[in-house]
Amino acid sequence: MKKLRYLIEDFGNYLLLMKEVFRWPQNMHIFKRQLLFEIRTLGLDSILIVFLVSVFVGVAVVVQLLINLENPIYPDWIYGFSARKTMMLEFSPTIIALILAGKCASKISSELGTQRISEQIDALEVMGVHSASYLILPKIIACMITFPLLIIMSIFVSILGGAVGAMTIGTLSMAAYTDGLRLEYHNIDLIFAIVKIFVYSIIISTIASYRGYTLKGGSVEVGIQSTKSVVQSCIVIMIFDLIITNLFM
Amino acid sequence: MIKVEHVSKYFGEKKVLSDINTEFENGKCNLIIGKSGSGKTVLMKCLVSLYTPDEGYIHFDDRILRHLNKKEKMLLRKDIGMLFQGGALFDSMTIEENIMFPIRMFQLSDYKTMRKRVDFCLERVNLSGINKQYPSEISGGMQKRVAIARAIATQPKYLFCDEPNSGLDPQTSIVIDQLIKEITHEYNITTVINTHDMNSVMEIGENINFINQGQLWWKGNYHNVLNSNNTELNDFIFCSALTKRLKPQNDHE
Repeated sequence: MKKLRYLIEDFGNYLLLMKEVFRWPQNMHIFKRQLLFEIRTLGLDSILIVFLVSVFVGVAVVVQLLINLENPIYPDWIYGFSARKTMMLEFSPTIIALILAGKCASKISSELGTQRISEQIDALEVMGVHSASYLILPKIIACMITFPLLIIMSIFVSILGGAVGAMTIGTLSMAAYTDGLRLEYHNIDLIFAIVKIFVYSIIISTIASYRGYTLKGGSVEVGIQSTKSVVQSCIVIMIFDLIITNLFM
Repeated sequence: MIKVEHVSKYFGEKKVLSDINTEFENGKCNLIIGKSGSGKTVLMKCLVSLYTPDEGYIHFDDRILRHLNKKEKMLLRKDIGMLFQGGALFDSMTIEENIMFPIRMFQLSDYKTMRKRVDFCLERVNLSGINKQYPSEISGGMQKRVAIARAIATQPKYLFCDEPNSGLDPQTSIVIDQLIKEITHEYNITTVINTHDMNSVMEIGENINFINQGQLWWKGNYHNVLNSNNTELNDFIFCSALTKRLKPQNDHE
């Protein structure tokens, strides 16, 4: 009962913080600068990890399909088709979101937490700056802009990785793989992936910001809240994965 | 002038400030002294409205903090400069950007004027030429002076300093104290300093408020702080080996 009360209280505080965050910036010029900075640190700096994970998973998925579905009754297009569906519907939006949660949520939370314990947030407040909006809003918008772009890149790269996998095994022709990729392609799959990652980007950035901004205590607490932000983001992402998937079915 | 009237503050059931009544005078260094945990930081945070007092009123000249709406509070905050215990400089910004930040945020002037103001403030704290360095590249004492430069960048009417000498060597502490004193007199600022550094008390304590167990126990200045009959104040003042040496002389007199 006590835990439930704590959970409701926590959620209420989260909503109150978000109310403070979503307000018009006090200075548009400074906001744009902050936004560009966050786009670089949260988005562009994540390209390498998203690229590497996508390539390797793309290769692994196609190799697994070729090994496990090695039966003449399966048509050749099944490999490309399955790879595309897997990458677009689940792997790229959800698994990459979990990786981004690990990377970006911990960064956001520890950064804000350190600013809190070193009194930088208090300094902003005393100056008359809306600290929540100034610090958090650019991070949320940067995630909302860059994560969908990262996912589009991930889909593309993982499918290319799949092609590399097919060539490595050598039992599947490139023509058959591309036929499978093209088979019954509908834009709704891509829209579905983008909607998912758009929701996940809000989840990751807001949970991490809440954990960091409301931190109380010292350096040990920074680590605790940073871990909490990653764990909670991952759990909420999986819950919303189920909800969004059911909505689109 | 800042006037504190019957201010009390609770954290849950615990009363951390109890019916504080005092005045912080214009153009003077007003000190809040007391042991750790006595409530002086809470009082300062109430003054800069980081905490809201549960009872009482705080007057900033003709403005009463409790009666101000959000917008008016923001306007008041533009008249406030604050030096935090650890400096609280923004570590992702250069020294110049740190000092320029409050001016730029509220678009108080164009870039050229802002640059001039930054150079002036840095010169005022004897740190010319470090504009492009980052806070992590300078010493603790220099960080404190940069924080003072940032606090005075917007020409505030009220300056708050939370333990400005903590973590500094005695020589640097004197430099910081003198700087605060000079700035206070030069610009006629109402300065409130939260400290437990006895050297500061003797150097710049023009108006001293001794807080003990959340209550105001004694008021005075550096002329009469050593001659007080207040037991708690004497326990606080004469606890170190150095200050104990002053006590017999005083008693003798």
